[in-house]
Amino acid sequence: MADWIDACAKDDIEEEDLIRFDHDGRTFAIYRSPDDEFFCTDGLCTHENVHLSDGLVMDYTIECPKHNGQFDYRTGAAKRAPVCVNLGTYPVRLDGDRVLIQV
Amino acid sequence: MNKRDYSLLGANARKAVETGLSAADWYLTDIPRKDMKALMQRKDGPAIRDAIILFGSMIILAGIGIALWPTWWSVPFWLGYGVLYGSAMDSRWHECGHGTAFKTPWMNNALYQIASFCMVRNPVTWRWGHARHHTDTVIVGRDPEIVAMRPPALFRIALNFFGILDAFSGWKRMLVNATGRLDAEEASYIPESEQPKVVRVARIWVVIYAAVITLAVATGSILPLMVIGLPRLYGAWHHVLTGLLQHAGLAENVIDHRLNSRTVYMNPVSRFIYWNMNYHCEHHMFPMVPYHRLPDLHQRIKHDLPAPNPSMWHAYCEVLPILRHQLRYHDDFLQRDLPHGAAPYRVDLHRTALGMAENVTTAVPAE
Ligand code: FES
Repeated sequence: MADWIDACAKDDIEEEDLIRFDHDGRTFAIYRSPDDEFFCTDGLCTHENVHLSDGLVMDYTIECPKHNGQFDYRTGAAKRAPVCVNLGTYPVRLDGDRVLIQV
Repeated sequence: MNKRDYSLLGANARKAVETGLSAADWYLTDIPRKDMKALMQRKDGPAIRDAIILFGSMIILAGIGIALWPTWWSVPFWLGYGVLYGSAMDSRWHECGHGTAFKTPWMNNALYQIASFCMVRNPVTWRWGHARHHTDTVIVGRDPEIVAMRPPALFRIALNFFGILDAFSGWKRMLVNATGRLDAEEASYIPESEQPKVVRVARIWVVIYAAVITLAVATGSILPLMVIGLPRLYGAWHHVLTGLLQHAGLAENVIDHRLNSRTVYMNPVSRFIYWNMNYHCEHHMFPMVPYHRLPDLHQRIKHDLPAPNPSMWHAYCEVLPILRHQLRYHDDFLQRDLPHGAAPYRVDLHRTALGMAENVTTAVPAE
């Protein structure tokens, strides 16, 4: 069973935005949705290893800053070319004002 | 003289990957995340307004052209219609390909499909080709969209002012793709899972062209082709005129868009047709910013970019002499100074582009 990692404070992420979180040689993206829910995916785009943290969150979509490929960050599903491969997603839970991810 | 191989399957393509020049980390001007988020926000309003103007103008111009056909009085209306079909659709293809024109995805997709058809660019093939252009901008052997190669094929560029090579190559590819085949270069950058879509689109287009040609034959007139097909030729000149300025004469094989992309101030009509792609350095640095916010992005980062050319005329006075020079001196190109206070170019990565390599300062004429 993977560990729960304390990734950030809730307020570290603006509503409808994301941040990058690096842990143990891996990089993740943590999202705060317009409905104030939190999600976690792999941090790099599956098209060309670009950090998604510079991208744009629109509702439940993250758009990659390099070629505008899109993913649904709740499921990791690739939604718009040139991305074809889904993102990995990871469980998230809140502990007070902290955001924990299981990776 | 350095011999350049621009083919996507050649020695330079392999070398760019081996040396890490391909898919490298490019220089980006620092912008606070809050400002960047504001610049990236999508809207439907500006693109809906522009689409109404564009399609409304096309209907009116083509309508008058048809009404006055076949008199010479129809010519100015066809020329206007042609520029909107054969040039404005280039920028619509581009912006909608990025998905930044509209906020609503189906609107982007709809205009992207129409514009791709007008420009005779398979929407699947060209989406992938353009992604490569952004990954490896003007990297020899990797970028499929390099217009002014070295030595520049000036005759070829001149022909394309009338779409001669590009459009016919598009129609030829359409016919090849419709038979179920892709050429080797296309297959090198389109994932296998996407390739059937290339074929499907090509077959739909063949049916449309067949219907237009049948109508032309049945009526004994080229009028149907004046509306669909031919404007890709007689209206292409504006997109070549503006597009050539994007990278021509600037450095190759660099990973800083300030060295290989050009921003040019243009008149409002050209900016409407070109959809603000005259802010080209800005677009390459931050392709997430929609066309209608590029002027704002320009204001935000111009302190860090080479001075823009103040007009198309000024830009051509810069570009044409260097292209002519490159006919003999293939290694020559323009180096552009940064304004005081800009982040300097990375000398360690760009010795040649900054004129520090022997082959630049002592360029010898090509044989
Ligand atoms: S790197 Fe993300 S879409 Fe290309």
